[in-house]
Amino acid sequence: MSTATLDLPRINPLMRSLPIFLREARYEFIRLLRTRSFSFSVVGFPVVFYLFFGIIMNRGQQIGAISVAKYVLASYAVFGMVGAALFGIGVGLAADLAAGWLDLKRASPMPPLAYVLAKCCSAVFFGILIVSLLALMGITLGNVSLSFAEYARMIALTVAGVIPFVCMGLALSLLVPFSSAPGIINMIYLPMSFCGGLWVPLMFLPHFMQTLAVLMPTYHLGQLMLGAFGYASTGTTLSHWYGLLGFTLLMLGIAAIGLRRLEQNS
Amino acid sequence: MSAVLELAKAIPEPFPIPSVEAVASLDRVTKRFPNGVIALADLSLTLRRGEVVALLGPNGAGKSTAVKLLMGLSSPTSGTVSIFGADPRNHAARMRTGVMLQVGKAPEMLRVREHIEVFRGYYPNPMAYADLIQVAGLMGIESRFFGQLSGGQKQRVLFALALAGDPDLVFLDEPTVGLDVKSRRGMWAQIELLAARDKTVLLTTHYLEEADSLAQRIVVIDKGRIVCEGTPAEVKSLGSAAPGTETGTSVKIIRCATTIPTHVLLNIPGVTSATVNGELTTILTRQAESTMRELLALDLSLHSMDVQSPKLEDAFLALTGDHE
Repeated sequence: MSTATLDLPRINPLMRSLPIFLREARYEFIRLLRTRSFSFSVVGFPVVFYLFFGIIMNRGQQIGAISVAKYVLASYAVFGMVGAALFGIGVGLAADLAAGWLDLKRASPMPPLAYVLAKCCSAVFFGILIVSLLALMGITLGNVSLSFAEYARMIALTVAGVIPFVCMGLALSLLVPFSSAPGIINMIYLPMSFCGGLWVPLMFLPHFMQTLAVLMPTYHLGQLMLGAFGYASTGTTLSHWYGLLGFTLLMLGIAAIGLRRLEQNS
Repeated sequence: MSAVLELAKAIPEPFPIPSVEAVASLDRVTKRFPNGVIALADLSLTLRRGEVVALLGPNGAGKSTAVKLLMGLSSPTSGTVSIFGADPRNHAARMRTGVMLQVGKAPEMLRVREHIEVFRGYYPNPMAYADLIQVAGLMGIESRFFGQLSGGQKQRVLFALALAGDPDLVFLDEPTVGLDVKSRRGMWAQIELLAARDKTVLLTTHYLEEADSLAQRIVVIDKGRIVCEGTPAEVKSLGSAAPGTETGTSVKIIRCATTIPTHVLLNIPGVTSATVNGELTTILTRQAESTMRELLALDLSLHSMDVQSPKLEDAFLALTGDHE
């Protein structure tokens, strides 16, 4: 019995994968943008929160030399990008897993990394969109003076800062069934944002919560964002990066366990 | 069940190994899940170039496990799986394979055209876009969102995705579920065209009519094992012979409403089985005429009588049902 053999032209795999990855990322972003239940809430929440708590409640207020609207801009920017990453990856991947769509993708010649990177990039794009929108609101409605360098630092922090939360979304999507994913993610996202000082600046929280905040990845990213404006209140820049790195590794470890469990059962 | 298995073994190998190349194979594959469930037990299956093979079996028989193993989505506990002589996870093997799975929900906010473009992009030499639209019957709905489509239209989009790379080997898992008669016939015609172009198709289905008219070879599996394998005609005769008769040629199925108890029916010469389903009694007999005469004599109130030759469906039930 003869056996058919494989004979394919050899093309540099990277050159072949690049257009696949770009197309995958573009359509993932378009898809999420069109999914109103996602885009409205993920963009809408930080916008509305910032409008109320950053701009309307604190019109022209200063604490010392610090403009409240600008101070709060940093924390709501973080709140927005974390939501985009958690819901985009966590709920999106859980849905693809539950529906068998991921199986179809895995059985196709799509490079698996293209799928993950596309989801990741899409979360970064949403993060940039939210941060830019909040910055624009701050400048036009809240009299925030934002230098170009500060805006550039915000965007750079968005690109890097989304990654730990993408990993968290990945871990959650592998552990949590799709039907309960949105609820569970909200139950983690909202308390984590509050405890990390994203809603109310950390100094106004009770002392024990200030101590607890060190465990929150939102706290570390929030402090880094404040640092981009020169406002950081506690800890060194390096300690916050370590905090985020540690959290990322923890989430990747949990995701690896979830992935192994999934493979054993398939 | 054991009688069936013996019969299956007694039938001479219906396919003297042809010289046609093997495209995909499961070789003595066992799949045991961590919870102890054995989905496949020492199962061997070979697909040869240009043939349409239907995998038939009740729910939980191991059909989808077999397909998942062949697609490299799952790995066997023991045994080997090979596609084009390579591991199914091999990238080059996947380039020549197309898959249609039962997908609950594809991303709904992408248009039909966009879904097809994404999948065509995975292959260096995809099928022409216009051809795909034609083959899958998607004319006029290319700009719709996937979420807006009817169940049948969704199935046709998934069919198009399976064919996007113009693959040599196609796995179709229940391809015509939810299709109306016209679209089903349309898809059958396309599957026949695939075979005519020397493509290999593995089809799982619970529409026996579909397996009957499309497949050159039917593989019936139950509880992770192959129960029988052969052309549709062979499977039919095997199934009607199943309850312990020597030949299946003259077996008839009699259905009627009668008050005669089963143990009496089983004593009528020629009757091999009798089962009661609600009002109707189903009797399998090798001597239809004399059995009918006896039945009418025994029960004057007998009515609604209907006599049939066994169909693939009956064979299927006989082969996979329990005969304690």
